[in-house]
Amino acid sequence: MTRITLDGIAHAYGGKPRTEDGYQLKPLQHVWEQGLAYALLGPSGCGKTTLLNVISGLVIPSEGRLLFDDRDVTRLPTEQRNIAQVFQFPVIYDTMTVAENLAFPLKNRRLPQGVIDKRVAEIAAMLDLTGDLGRRARGLTADAKQKISLGRGLVRSDVSAVLFDEPLTVIDPALKWELRSKLKAVHRALDLLMIYVTHDQTEALTFADKVVVMNDGRAVQIGTPAELFYRPEHTFVGYFIGSPGMNLMPAEVTGSSARVAGFEFRLGDAYSALPGDGSVKVGVRPEFVSLTSGPGLPVQVRRIADLGRKRLAYVNLGEHALVASIPNDMESIGDTANISIDPANTHVYVADIRRRGAPA
Amino acid sequence: MTDKPVNNRAWFFVLPVLGFVLFSSIIPTMTVVNYSVQDTLGANSFFWNGDQWFRDLLNPATTIGARFNDALFRTLAFSLVCLLIEVPLGIAIALCAPRKGWAVGLSLVVVALPMLIPWNVVGTIWQIFTRADIGLFGAALTGMGLHYNVTQDAVSAWTTIVVIDVWHWTPLVILLSYAGLRAIPDAYYQAARIDGASRWAVFSKIELPKLQKVLVIAVLLRFMQTFMIYTEPFVVTGGGPGSATTFLSIDLDKIALGQVDLGNAAAMSLVYNLITLSVCWIFFTIMTQLERRRDV
Repeated sequence: MTRITLDGIAHAYGGKPRTEDGYQLKPLQHVWEQGLAYALLGPSGCGKTTLLNVISGLVIPSEGRLLFDDRDVTRLPTEQRNIAQVFQFPVIYDTMTVAENLAFPLKNRRLPQGVIDKRVAEIAAMLDLTGDLGRRARGLTADAKQKISLGRGLVRSDVSAVLFDEPLTVIDPALKWELRSKLKAVHRALDLLMIYVTHDQTEALTFADKVVVMNDGRAVQIGTPAELFYRPEHTFVGYFIGSPGMNLMPAEVTGSSARVAGFEFRLGDAYSALPGDGSVKVGVRPEFVSLTSGPGLPVQVRRIADLGRKRLAYVNLGEHALVASIPNDMESIGDTANISIDPANTHVYVADIRRRGAPA
Repeated sequence: MTDKPVNNRAWFFVLPVLGFVLFSSIIPTMTVVNYSVQDTLGANSFFWNGDQWFRDLLNPATTIGARFNDALFRTLAFSLVCLLIEVPLGIAIALCAPRKGWAVGLSLVVVALPMLIPWNVVGTIWQIFTRADIGLFGAALTGMGLHYNVTQDAVSAWTTIVVIDVWHWTPLVILLSYAGLRAIPDAYYQAARIDGASRWAVFSKIELPKLQKVLVIAVLLRFMQTFMIYTEPFVVTGGGPGSATTFLSIDLDKIALGQVDLGNAAAMSLVYNLITLSVCWIFFTIMTQLERRRDV
């Protein structure tokens, strides 16, 4: 039962870099709370696996301290950290049976056989592996192998945290949902700190209590799925989360009104002292931009995407491409249309960082 | 079921290979088969001898049978000793070899050097190297007061041939094992660390199982080559002292070229060939069958 603290953790392969760009993992301050499920979300190569490996001890960070509660474990080898980790591709011990595979982490820690058997049976039941326990692990399908890997991660009851590094990549989509909800159930049952690395936002948002969005070695926002959706603190979060991502338009903002390509619309808050160097952007999610038959900003419609459950319009406001929702009752859509923007869900970004406004 | 088109013209593609194999293996083998069923009184006149050469060869009561038995036993013992040394040693060295940086290239080249030396040269090098009077190795051992003499002492001769083979061919096992080890994804080692596995567990549960396939190849190659060893004893010991290092190939050479006893030599080489083939086949079948059975 541990809280994990990253105290200025940063990592660069091969010595201290001269500029911040040289870091694979830029300095990070964060506390992972006991019992929560976190997701580390970001595109490939953004440093999320490095961060995970720093926590598990497979990578020793070049800067900062890692604390498990109050114990400094920064330089402690993996074996002494009490961490479980599941990897992207299934790792199984070929010559052992499924049961022996699951028992392996416990056996290495010399637990009594009775405890091992009980624990293996529990975990196998949780992951539907009971029927396969006596089988040799190597002949199984990729799904089953990954379930064994997951099982080995979950089988230790004394771990500080369980880390998952894109564990469902090899699993087939139908099974993904099932396994993900199973992990969620396991999380509730075991009350463990879990950190789940993924580049799939659905996976992150459905699994986690809190999501850490990473980009280019930096944690750009840490928050609940709702916070990430309604208040993206960074333009990256805006367009990485949500499908499609947030509309971002360079704009001139004065007080509570924004001007984009000559058209003016209202914002939810009033902003002052914004720089005039063109680094100001207004962001609004497609969910809060809708085509309207009433008055609004005039746009050219480029194409309509019918996703079944909802329809999206790809439009141009002046030279800026936007995505807007189409209300269910709107039937015919011509080459031009009007859009309305919900002021309450607009955000202003200066150099990609969200600026807080005063109530208008 | 799919209906595959029947088109026998595909056989034409096989013809060139067939032609090649015909000249490289089948025709030479058939001449040997031809000698093995005939006898001669000289003057190039041959007559039918049935299976008599084979009966003699496989009957230990005859001179040739006893001789064959001894050589066969000697050769099998030699193969076994070499395999027992080379395989574990090769794996051990491969495990110690560096995994990254410039040291990889350097160590692999150094390790592979002995393999690049032709058999004949290997023999000559060691013949001089082991001489008790001027050879570094031989003189050093003699200087230490050890009784070491390749030409007079059977134990010295045997040990020397084994040492030569180990020196010459352990690199093959090293390279194969090294390649096998490198093919193991890092995740396995990381998982093992997370699972708290000991070094021995990593070796026995991850590395050795993953090496199994290359080791089957290594054992097969090493068995064939040691079982057919010829040049090293031919150059270094000449099969002696006495017949201590007269392995099958040396003996065959003595019978065929020394005594020009073609019938015996032909029968012997066919049986020799069959033994090599069947040992390899049995070993390979057992290994692959075991593997298949384990999956169930």
